[in-house]
Amino acid sequence: MSRRTTLLTALGWLALAAALLGLAPALLSDFRLGLLAKYCCYAIAAVGIGLAWGRGGMLVLGQGLYFGLGGYAMAMHLKLTDAGPGQVPDFMVLYAGGEMPVWWEPFRSPVVTLLAILLLPVLVATVLGAAIFKRRVKGAYFAILSQALTAAFAILLIGQVKTTGGFNGLNNFQSFFGYSLYDPVNKRMLYFLAAGVLLASVALMAQLHRSRFGELLVATRDAEERVRFLGHDPANVKLVAYVLAAVLASVGGALFVPVVGIISPEDVGVGASIALVAGVALGGRASLFGPALGALLVGYAETSLSESFPGSWSYFQGGLFVVVVLLLPGGLAQALSALASVRHRVGGPPGGRRRRERPASDRTRPGPTTPQEVTA
Amino acid sequence: MNSRTTRTITAAFSVAALAGALAGCGAKAGESADAAESCVETDGDTVKIGFLNSLSGTMAISETTVFKSLSMAAEEINADGGVLGKQLEIVSEDGQSEPTVFAEKATKLIDQDCVAAVFGGWTSSSRKAMLPVFEGKDALLFYPVQYEGLEASENIFYTGATTNQQIIPALDYLKDEKGIESIFLVGSDYVFPRTANAIIQAYAEEHGIEVLGEEYQPLGSTSFGTVVDKVKAAGADAVFNTLNGDSNVAFFKEYKGKGLTAESMPVVSVSIAEEEVPGVGVDNLVGQYTAWNYYQTLETPVNEEFVAAFKEANGAKAVTSDPMEAAYTSLHLWKGMVEKADSFDVDDVVAAADGVTFEAPEGTVTVNGENHHIAKTALIGQIREDGLIETVWSSDGPIEPDPFLEGYAWWEGE
Repeated sequence: MSRRTTLLTALGWLALAAALLGLAPALLSDFRLGLLAKYCCYAIAAVGIGLAWGRGGMLVLGQGLYFGLGGYAMAMHLKLTDAGPGQVPDFMVLYAGGEMPVWWEPFRSPVVTLLAILLLPVLVATVLGAAIFKRRVKGAYFAILSQALTAAFAILLIGQVKTTGGFNGLNNFQSFFGYSLYDPVNKRMLYFLAAGVLLASVALMAQLHRSRFGELLVATRDAEERVRFLGHDPANVKLVAYVLAAVLASVGGALFVPVVGIISPEDVGVGASIALVAGVALGGRASLFGPALGALLVGYAETSLSESFPGSWSYFQGGLFVVVVLLLPGGLAQALSALASVRHRVGGPPGGRRRRERPASDRTRPGPTTPQEVTA
Repeated sequence: MNSRTTRTITAAFSVAALAGALAGCGAKAGESADAAESCVETDGDTVKIGFLNSLSGTMAISETTVFKSLSMAAEEINADGGVLGKQLEIVSEDGQSEPTVFAEKATKLIDQDCVAAVFGGWTSSSRKAMLPVFEGKDALLFYPVQYEGLEASENIFYTGATTNQQIIPALDYLKDEKGIESIFLVGSDYVFPRTANAIIQAYAEEHGIEVLGEEYQPLGSTSFGTVVDKVKAAGADAVFNTLNGDSNVAFFKEYKGKGLTAESMPVVSVSIAEEEVPGVGVDNLVGQYTAWNYYQTLETPVNEEFVAAFKEANGAKAVTSDPMEAAYTSLHLWKGMVEKADSFDVDDVVAAADGVTFEAPEGTVTVNGENHHIAKTALIGQIREDGLIETVWSSDGPIEPDPFLEGYAWWEGE
């Protein structure tokens, strides 16, 4: 990778950090900052999707499953701390006669909860991923499978009113690890936490993209058989990317709960999963900043459109996606790099040649993941 | 720039972000944070109120009608000189049929738009999602739909029926008028039907009615072959139906298809109003019973005016139903409370609420200041061939709301 690209990446990251940590808190009201914190949670999950789908070619249409694992683990912990030692959460008193199932008990401990947020998705994604990738399930089949799993997860949550709050989900949290959630100062703290985790996960991706594993992942996406002939097992490469994406989704979900104050099956189901993927597609799935920026943008667009046109905003949002899929299959990142290359061709230095050293992934290419799959 | 530099910078920023996060910590749990001051603007000629209904998603079909009747009430009030001389300015938001969105939009209406009160919500999940927002910010919500009871928030006024104004009167009707000795329960699998059926079970045990079965289907389910077979095999004297939405279509088609009729085995439904009848199909419903507090066919001067005004605004085919009437009433009740308090301040309004009455289309309603519900008359209706619902039984005047069923010895509560 050229020094120039590295420099651009570092500058881009610094710009993002300055915007999120400096500009946004200075300019936005508490309410808007809270919304930005929510978009950051989506963006953390989107960064993972960028890795699995953009770099790895696995169209993960069911990240809601992992988002929900992290979210519900966190929500259970918050409900239990609010209830107090030895007590059961308020909704169980109402719907289950005050009985709490045994598997809730470990989530009283903050340590167990944090470990669960990180390890539950690893466990689930490893078992599922191993079964899927070793059998060489890919393309649309993989996408359908991942979506079916998240649908099943949401249905399971809805059916268990007494243990998961069912349709209502879990909400009415008073405190977050000892800090009152009604205090605006603590809400700002949560924003910094979400933004910090987002920046860290983007930095992690930057390192991964340039690592040997990153190269291997792109190679697997573009020519899986060749990678196999070279002596690598593509299943393992994909599995690592899939598990990482799952962990990021889980962390995003866990932060979502204190930030938004509720998690319900609607937030982890098929619709939510597709919304995450849509953000990644909009931003540019294979680029470094695309997924995160796309998720932030989709979140912002949804809020501002629905506020301005409460009756008809969903048409605008649909139209936006149609335009992107038709005109910019590589997302906004494609538009930006197209602009940059035009500038280069017009008056650019000879450095333009070096740009071609970028990995194949930075170009939009018809491959295992065609834009049509976004709408599937 | 080499990778080590990048890593150093990354690490530095992450530490800075975390430090910033921790340095900025506010009140610990248990300490009271400074309650946010209300930002409601009452100096001008107008005052803002918020309407929060699902205008998209699965609930849009029902909640849009609530939005229309709220808008009609606001226009009437404005034409009549407003509230305390101020014209109402509506801020409308879409709840998108998702609890999370309801919570977010409620926050927006309170914090950004500084509305004096919010009107809306339909599903129990949307109300449960909004409750902590209104309590945390000490704001006002008017919730217009019948629900499962067992709730009484200081910051919510419930203008739909609670269980002792809908479900228990329906059971009284079945027991006293129809003389039933057994009943079968069918419901969607969520909080309202589960709670309603728990109450019905307790009632049945107390009054010697046998419950021959209790069946749940997921919301939106349309396969009712097995359920109806079970109902038929059980041969109960009546069926109590707490299904919601599309499931009713499948259930009643199957019910009729298997030869069950309103004469042989009547069904009492608590979620089918005039609005839903055409969707389920009048053919499948004729003669069946419903339990509400309002029907379009009520012959009172106030209701005739209300129906005429609604048809004028929304077309001759528009029908009126219980939830939209309760929404219409809720806005007028808020006006009554504000005028009695001579203030838009939440605490003043809540303090003045007790005893505020309104001549609603359903009859006179009175606010109970203790539990924030309203006294309403229970009406059992029978569905006619034209799709409207006719009152066949009515309670002796308005029933005082009792959301926790404290006046019923057979209900042990939580």
